[in-house]
Amino acid sequence: MNKVQVYLYATLRQFHAGAGSVNGTEIEVPDGTAISDLYRLLGIPEDQVKQAFVNGRHKDPDYLLRDGDRVGVFPPIAGG
Amino acid sequence: MRFLRVKMDELKVVTEEVPEQYRKLAGRGLTSRLILDEVPPTAHPLGPKAKLFIAPGALAGTSAPSSGRVSVGGKSPLTWGIKEANAGTPVAQSLGRLGIKALIVEGEPKDGKYYILKVTKDGTEFLPAGDLVGKGLYEAYGELKKSFPTAGFIACGPSAERKLATAGVCFNDTEGRPSRYAGRGGLGAVMAAKGLKFIVVDGTGTQPVAPANAELFHKGTEKLREAILTHGVTKPGGTLNSYGTAALINALNEAGGLPTRNFSSGRFEGAAKVSGEHLADVIHQRGGEGMTGHGCHPGCLIKCSNIYSKPDGKEHVSCVEYESDWALGPNCGIDDLDAIAEMIWQCNDLGIDTIELGVTIGVAMEAGLLKFGDAKGAVALFDEIRMGTALGHILGQGAAFTGRAFGVVRVPTVKGQGMPAYEPRAVKGIGMTYITSPMGADHTAGYSVAVEILSVGGKADPLAVEGKGALSKAFQETTAYIDTSGYCLFIAFPILDIASGFEGMIESVNAVLGTEFTGADVTKFGAEVLSWEREFNRLAGMTSAHNRPPEFMRYEKLPPHNNVYDVPDEELDKIAGA
Repeated sequence: MNKVQVYLYATLRQFHAGAGSVNGTEIEVPDGTAISDLYRLLGIPEDQVKQAFVNGRHKDPDYLLRDGDRVGVFPPIAGG
Repeated sequence: MRFLRVKMDELKVVTEEVPEQYRKLAGRGLTSRLILDEVPPTAHPLGPKAKLFIAPGALAGTSAPSSGRVSVGGKSPLTWGIKEANAGTPVAQSLGRLGIKALIVEGEPKDGKYYILKVTKDGTEFLPAGDLVGKGLYEAYGELKKSFPTAGFIACGPSAERKLATAGVCFNDTEGRPSRYAGRGGLGAVMAAKGLKFIVVDGTGTQPVAPANAELFHKGTEKLREAILTHGVTKPGGTLNSYGTAALINALNEAGGLPTRNFSSGRFEGAAKVSGEHLADVIHQRGGEGMTGHGCHPGCLIKCSNIYSKPDGKEHVSCVEYESDWALGPNCGIDDLDAIAEMIWQCNDLGIDTIELGVTIGVAMEAGLLKFGDAKGAVALFDEIRMGTALGHILGQGAAFTGRAFGVVRVPTVKGQGMPAYEPRAVKGIGMTYITSPMGADHTAGYSVAVEILSVGGKADPLAVEGKGALSKAFQETTAYIDTSGYCLFIAFPILDIASGFEGMIESVNAVLGTEFTGADVTKFGAEVLSWEREFNRLAGMTSAHNRPPEFMRYEKLPPHNNVYDVPDEELDKIAGA
C-alpha cells in the first residue's frame, strides 16, 4: 500500500470534501494504482480533469502512484 | 479616425488626419511605432521631449466581445526603454466611438500646473485640475463623477505627481472605480510630467464603431464568441469566471513555480489561504457587496474580475487578481487576504502598479526593513509613500532602485522592471519572455505559461529548456498582434485550442482595419512591432547585456525543484534577435 496526499482544486473540489479542502487528504492506495484509478476512487468525472501534478511535475493519467506522492488535480484553468 | 495632438505647452489640441503609414495600426502597434518615430531615444522619460501616447485597440468601440482594451505608451522611467501597458476599461470603447485613433500628449505647461483635458464628440477643453491635485484617486474619481456624470476618466495618481517609477495610468471600470490600470513601467509619472492629471472622456451621443466590412466582422466575431463561450477556462462558470485569475495560485504552487519570499522558494505554505478558491469562498460567505464574475468593461464575455468585501460585506476593493494577490501576498510571505486587499486599495488610490510595488516590498523585506510575513508592516509602508517621505520615494521608484538603496543582491528584475508571478527557474519559457521582451520582465508579453503550466495550446515540461525559445518568440509575436487588436489577451486561451476562434479573431480585425491577414501574418506582424520596440531600445542604449536574467538566478537553486536558470545566453540572444 502507498500513502499519497491528494489535493483537488477549483471546480473539482466539490467531488471530495477532504481532498477538496485546504489541507487535502491522505489516501492509501494499493501498488499499481494509476492516477486515473484515483479519479474513480474519489468520484471525479475524468472528463472534467485537465491535468495532474505529482510532486510538482506533470504526470499522465497512467502514472503509477508511489508512497509519499503529492498529487494536485486541476480542471482547465487559466489566468495572467 | 483622427489623432488628437495635445500640446500641453500651448494648452491646445490639434486634430490631425491619420497619416497613411499609421492607418492599419492601433493599440500597441500604434503606440510603439509612434514612440520610435517621435520620441528621441535618449530623451529623459520625464523631460520636455518625452511624450505619452494613448491608443484604443483596433476593435475598441465595436461590438466585438471582450475588446475594450486601450494601450498607453512612452519611454519608461522604470526601464528607460520603450513601454506599452494596456488596460480593459469602458474608456477604451469611448475613445474608439469618438473616432480617436490616438491621443499624443507632448510638451509641458508653462505655468507648471496640472490640467484636466475634457474630450467629447463636440471637441476638447482644458480645465485647471485645482484641488484634485494631491488627492487619492477614489476621492478624485468621486468628485469627477459629480462634475461629469456620463464620462470616463484617465488619471495619474499622487504617486505620479511625485514622479515615482511605479506610477501607472489609471482607468475606470464599468461602475466607475479607479481600478483598471495600464500599470507597468511608470507611465503615470510620464503623464504627470506633462502636467496632465486627468483626461475626461465622454462618449455620449456617439455610435458604436461600424466595421468597414460588416459581414466579415459578424462572421469573425461570432466564431470568436463561440470559442470564448465553450472553452473550459473562459466559458461562463469556467475557472476564470468563477475564481478569477487567482486560481493560478494553487497551480503555480503545485508546479513549484510560485515565487515566494522574494523569489527564494517556488512553494508557499500559505498558498491555499490566498488562492482563488479561498478568495471566492470568502466573497460568497461574506455576501453583501462582494462578487465574483465581474467584468472590467461592457461586452466582456469572460468576466474574470471580482469585488472583494470586508467582513461586514461592504466593498473593500476591486479587484484581487492573481498578480496583485501574489505580489503583495506570497512574494512577501503574507497569507492574509484582507491585508492584501487593503494594499491593492492603497495602490489603486495612490496610482501605483501592484506588481512593481509587491516586488519592491519583497526586496525591502530581503533588506531587513521589515520581516517576511509582516502584513501590518507592509500596509504601513504605504503611509511612507502617501506622505512622500524619503523612504516612500525610494520604495516608489521600484524594486531595482530599492535593491540598490539597500545593497540587496537578490533583486528579481529585468531591465529594471520587477518580475511577475512565475518563477523563471521553475518555468523556463516565461523566463525567456521576461528576459528578452523589450518591455522588461512582463508575463503578458509572451505567456508561454499557457503551454508550460496550464496545458492550453499544447503541453511542455516547464523545467525543460529545449523548444522554449521558439515558444516564447511565437507567444511574444502573437501577443504584439493581440495587443494591437484591442482584444483582451485572455482570448488567447480559447483561440490557442479552437482553430475557428483564431480565424474569427483575424477576420474581425481584418474587417475593421481593412487588412487581409492570414494566420501566418499574425506572427509576422508581431515580429515587426517587436523590431520597432527593439530598435528604440537599441537607440536608447540597451544591448544584449540587458537581455540577461538577474545573476542570482544563475547560481541560487530554487526549491522544490532545485533548478537554476540554465537557459544559455546564446539562446536568449537568438530570441531577442541580437
